[in-house]
Amino acid sequence: MLANQIGYYSLILGLLLSVFLCGVSIKDLNSNNKQINQNVLSLSFLQLVFVIVSFLSLILSFINSDFSNETVFNNSHTTKPLFYKISGTWGNHEGSLLLWLLVLTLFIFLFLIKSKEQPKKYRILTLLFQQIIIIGFFLFVLMTSNPFNYLFPIPNEGLGLNPILQDPALAIHPPILYLGYVGTSIIFSSSLAAVTQNYISKEWSQHIKKWVLLSWIFLTIGIMLGSIWAYYELGWGGFWFWDPVENVSLMPWLTLTALLHCILVLERRATLTSWVVILSITTFTLSMCGTFLVRSGILNSVHTFANDPARGIFILIFLFILIALSLGIFFFFHKENNKDSNNFFWLSRETSILINNWFMMYFLSVVLIGTVYPIFLDVISSEKISVGPPFYQKLIAPFLIPFLLFMSVGPRLKWIKSKIENKKSLIITFIISVMLTFFIVKNLTTDLLFYTILISAAFFLFFTTLKELFIKKFNNISQTVAHFGFSLLILSILFNNILSSEIITNIKIGEKYSYDKSEIFFKKIEERKESNFNSIIAYFEIKDEKGKIIELNPEIRIYDQPVIITSEADIKTTLLEDKFLVMNLVKGNEYFNIRYQVKPFMIWIWISILLLSLGGSMSLFKKRYEK
Amino acid sequence: MYGKKVKLRVLFLTLILASVILTVFLILQSLKENVVYFQSPSEIKSLIELNKKKIRIGGMVKEQSVFINSNEVNFIITDFKNEINVTYSGAVPNLFSEGKGVVAEGFLKDKNYFSATKILAKHDENYMPPEVKEAIGDK
Repeated sequence: MLANQIGYYSLILGLLLSVFLCGVSIKDLNSNNKQINQNVLSLSFLQLVFVIVSFLSLILSFINSDFSNETVFNNSHTTKPLFYKISGTWGNHEGSLLLWLLVLTLFIFLFLIKSKEQPKKYRILTLLFQQIIIIGFFLFVLMTSNPFNYLFPIPNEGLGLNPILQDPALAIHPPILYLGYVGTSIIFSSSLAAVTQNYISKEWSQHIKKWVLLSWIFLTIGIMLGSIWAYYELGWGGFWFWDPVENVSLMPWLTLTALLHCILVLERRATLTSWVVILSITTFTLSMCGTFLVRSGILNSVHTFANDPARGIFILIFLFILIALSLGIFFFFHKENNKDSNNFFWLSRETSILINNWFMMYFLSVVLIGTVYPIFLDVISSEKISVGPPFYQKLIAPFLIPFLLFMSVGPRLKWIKSKIENKKSLIITFIISVMLTFFIVKNLTTDLLFYTILISAAFFLFFTTLKELFIKKFNNISQTVAHFGFSLLILSILFNNILSSEIITNIKIGEKYSYDKSEIFFKKIEERKESNFNSIIAYFEIKDEKGKIIELNPEIRIYDQPVIITSEADIKTTLLEDKFLVMNLVKGNEYFNIRYQVKPFMIWIWISILLLSLGGSMSLFKKRYEK
Repeated sequence: MYGKKVKLRVLFLTLILASVILTVFLILQSLKENVVYFQSPSEIKSLIELNKKKIRIGGMVKEQSVFINSNEVNFIITDFKNEINVTYSGAVPNLFSEGKGVVAEGFLKDKNYFSATKILAKHDENYMPPEVKEAIGDK
């Protein structure tokens, strides 16, 4: 009860402080002091404290199961384990927005501390732009999704958290993803501030690069966590479904990746300035669009907590204001400077980075159109359609070939003007890749030509980066690690795609199902009672072609609050393959519906994404050592 | 004559323009082929010509219409005006049961028979896909 009040009033105080902070910083902007007024820093810190207090009090309400709070009532239950009571705080609409706000205020405070060597006006303007976003979110939370709504009479029991969200990967997925999303807001504010100060320069890019890297790493890991969760919890037996909600997180990742590469050019050669600004604006806009599409209930998915049109309209208006503001600033203030540094030879590092950007933009348009087109069509003609995985695969897979080839050669080029060195070794590597691929793929697939070319390209990148890792000739190890991770990712995805096999059947207890030389034996079921669910555990014995027997125990859970049935897949992971078994129960039937999958190299998909982000982290920390 | 810089710029712009046009063309082309339309049982009944393309059908699973054997699941989708028989062999989502909303993806055999390749999973007991809601007329 008390926590509720404290939480609510600290939010209001935080909002008032925002307005006050804007006033103080505008005053400071016009003063002649060399350094930022100490008050601005303290106020920003105070704002952070208020939001933390508000967030902590919401967590406290969740821990205490204080059902006088509407959010707690809607999303919690006394029998829920403590861990999920806490993670339930951000497992719902209101709480997750409060988390957004928390990260927004945290990041701007960190930005202020970490940017002491930067020009004063630039820092204050960044703070101001960030405060506009923060005020927007404060208003959004307070007006449309207050997490501290009061309920009377106080219910005895809550409605519970959707059980499929009660999962360790999903407990940390939102915070990590938000760190990435909200990190892009700093890039957005800072690039706008830099534009008005005509400060898009080498110094600026060195400083903002850290934020770009940081957001990129968190976004990468956040997307991966969501993907891992979908793999084992939803029981669809895949890791990426081109579901609109997944696409929405992939889009800012693509632009952020493009930005990451562009910043490298800017860092050396004060060129491509407008493009960097456009990318910064786009990345943040896409993150906001993601929030809009997911929260407004336009996309139907597990993330859609409630359909409230008011929320959608609020975010939409806010989004338009931000876009209009940023475009206005961009066109009004931006001046191309350093005309002469625009020159570079066609064969150079700059060109290769532009090519990378071209591909990123292409992938972005594919994902964007595939995601938005059905919504668009529904609005104008009320025809209902969906765009499935074949659309994306068909448009993206062929373009991966040139993309991978450029990625192998590009980083070996020098700035401004270059020629390809070690042509011989490149050609030899390429021939080896093609031969190796042909040898492996020969008997595996029907679409031989396409897969041979695609996998060769991936192997080519794999070998070139692997070689560099050992020879360290181009001593940019972080980039090599990241690119190596990417090649590994593509290889694992491709082989996973080609080699996966699946058996779906309906089976009774005690029955055997045989196919090829393998056998699935449904031994028995066992019922168990846990604190907030009943479970049916099944015992399966699976004999593969070599006669090896493994035991898999998938589970069906029947939760009491809310009453939901979930399937827990049982997965045996080895370095070479995952064996995945999930079962479903159809009410009133003695048949169980089972799905057994053998998915090779599954674990390498996760490992390679970790390598990608490891590359990013190495780059983040490397700069610190040098300075 | 124009300077070298201008020429480069023109070349660059043409390249960008060409690639944008190519991209849009490619995407629209494959959208046309890969889009899956959604229809209700009543809409199917009123079809004049059977479409060979993959479609989605939504509605309620009719009470006491589910029959399962070792390789198939059979059931009836209804929008309370018209119904359609569905045969399906594949994984069944947990929330699939009689009297609940369902979306099936697959091919029409004729106006009364639908062969499903996928039944879509929904995560929430109370959640009704908007398409289904519309198909059964907010019942």
